[in-house]
Amino acid sequence: MDSVRGISKKPFFLGLLLLILILLATFPLYLPGYPVMLLTSILMYIVLTVSWVIFSGPTGYMSLASAAFFGVGTYTSAILGEALPLPIVIGIGGLASFCVALLVGALTLRLRGIYFAIFTFGLVVLIQQLLLFWELHVTGTRGRFVIVVDHTTVYYAMLVIFVALMLTAYFIRRSKFGLALQSIGQNEEAAAHIGINVTLVKVITFAISASFMGAAGAIMATRWTYIDPYIAFNLLLSFMPVLMAIFGGMGQLYGPILGAIIFTYLKEELITRIPELYMLIFGVVLIAVILFLPNGLVGLIQKGWKRVSGGQHANT
Amino acid sequence: MRILEGEGVTKYFGGLAAVSKVDFHVDQGEIVGLIGPNGAGKTTLFNLISGALVLKSGVIRFKGAKITGLKPHQICRMGVARTFQEVKVFANMPVLENVLLGSFFGTSTGMSSADAVREAMGLLEFVGLSAVRATPAKDLTLVNQKRLEVARALATKPELLLLDELMAGLNPTETAEAMELVTRIRDKGITIIMIEHVMKAIMSVCDRIIVLHHGEKIAEGTPQGIATSKKVIEVYLGE
Repeated sequence: MDSVRGISKKPFFLGLLLLILILLATFPLYLPGYPVMLLTSILMYIVLTVSWVIFSGPTGYMSLASAAFFGVGTYTSAILGEALPLPIVIGIGGLASFCVALLVGALTLRLRGIYFAIFTFGLVVLIQQLLLFWELHVTGTRGRFVIVVDHTTVYYAMLVIFVALMLTAYFIRRSKFGLALQSIGQNEEAAAHIGINVTLVKVITFAISASFMGAAGAIMATRWTYIDPYIAFNLLLSFMPVLMAIFGGMGQLYGPILGAIIFTYLKEELITRIPELYMLIFGVVLIAVILFLPNGLVGLIQKGWKRVSGGQHANT
Repeated sequence: MRILEGEGVTKYFGGLAAVSKVDFHVDQGEIVGLIGPNGAGKTTLFNLISGALVLKSGVIRFKGAKITGLKPHQICRMGVARTFQEVKVFANMPVLENVLLGSFFGTSTGMSSADAVREAMGLLEFVGLSAVRATPAKDLTLVNQKRLEVARALATKPELLLLDELMAGLNPTETAEAMELVTRIRDKGITIIMIEHVMKAIMSVCDRIIVLHHGEKIAEGTPQGIATSKKVIEVYLGE
């Protein structure tokens, strides 16, 4: 029955995806200005969240290193932005984060649970402070100017990163590699004993996830025009992906996306309208979600869908 | 032919010798029982063979090649599979996927998805789990989780299978079925080492028995020889 439903649903979903993609690609033509910037922010958070979920979702290793990888991309852009064309800068930003993640992953992925989370958090602070020291004492500055790129270009660059990430996430989920990744989260020791090179699988996935964060950082830097270590390695960017993923629910690929969209929109609206209450409302929403929607928005949608379809697929 | 041999195998936990200078061998096609009181070092020896732990001194050879120092996944791909004393199934994955993972990653050559599925189905049939292949592993009973571990281990196409207390916690009927399963695995041409406390099972199924006590090998021989050995009776079997 599953396969029958799969076949009848497939063209519909492909059509829907294509429609969304076309809308996104033509968006700046009919809504230029602020909406494009808002959508860029939303795409950035989607990229961070989905990248985070690629690794931390199936394995259960909670990484708080997102800000580190994002920041590495940001600084790549600040250093190389004037010398090289934009696509190459973004590519190098992603590659630099990939390499940092390979190194860090090889050193730390033997740590489990809370220790891994704390180490990755420490990594952000470490890079941030080392960089600050370097800038103050060696280059003699504190921040750097980044070459400015117009908003539409930033948007399209982010859109390309987003599409590439979604394809990567989809194929990892559907592949044997993704299955291995899940088995590591379920029982790492058993996974190793049925022939899975757990270290390799973890480190590679960690690095792939980091490369998208780095690429996003490289393009976002151009929008900020000026960066310093505190802006580039902003600790909030380590927590946001985790919160958005929990908010959306990690069971399905669309969960983190939904979480990132609603969260970012809410954040932007609250900051502009009621800045003094923004964090408070945010906190209340988050607590409510964790208390009442343990499976995030995805859980809510699936429950609602079951009710609508009359409980026919109660077990699916 | 000796499929597995260990010389002076030693492992310390802090100052305690968990396994101390143990020499052993297993011949191809045998079922070897590994018995001893709790804390004797049986599971530690399994962990040393499968690569979960690294030994302090000594050497273990599989089919003549040294496997000490190799990682668990490498040892698995060479043809050594195992089950665990406390079951370690992939709890949230369906039964079939648990076994498929073994087929996908446990062999050195790898195989196509279609072949892997066919093989996994065959193995589920073999251990008697065909009916629950779509059930998440966590929803199985203990005996079925243990069967699942066996199927997953067999999916890696082992030549040597390490069974760690397969029969612990099973009722008499289930124990009898497990004994029958062990002999059917041997009939496939797979060599077996089993840790077991159920003496009836050990005595009737094994060709040879090794007895550990405080990390040392104190006896080795046929089931009859072990059952009548004064030393073994003293430390383990009781009067």
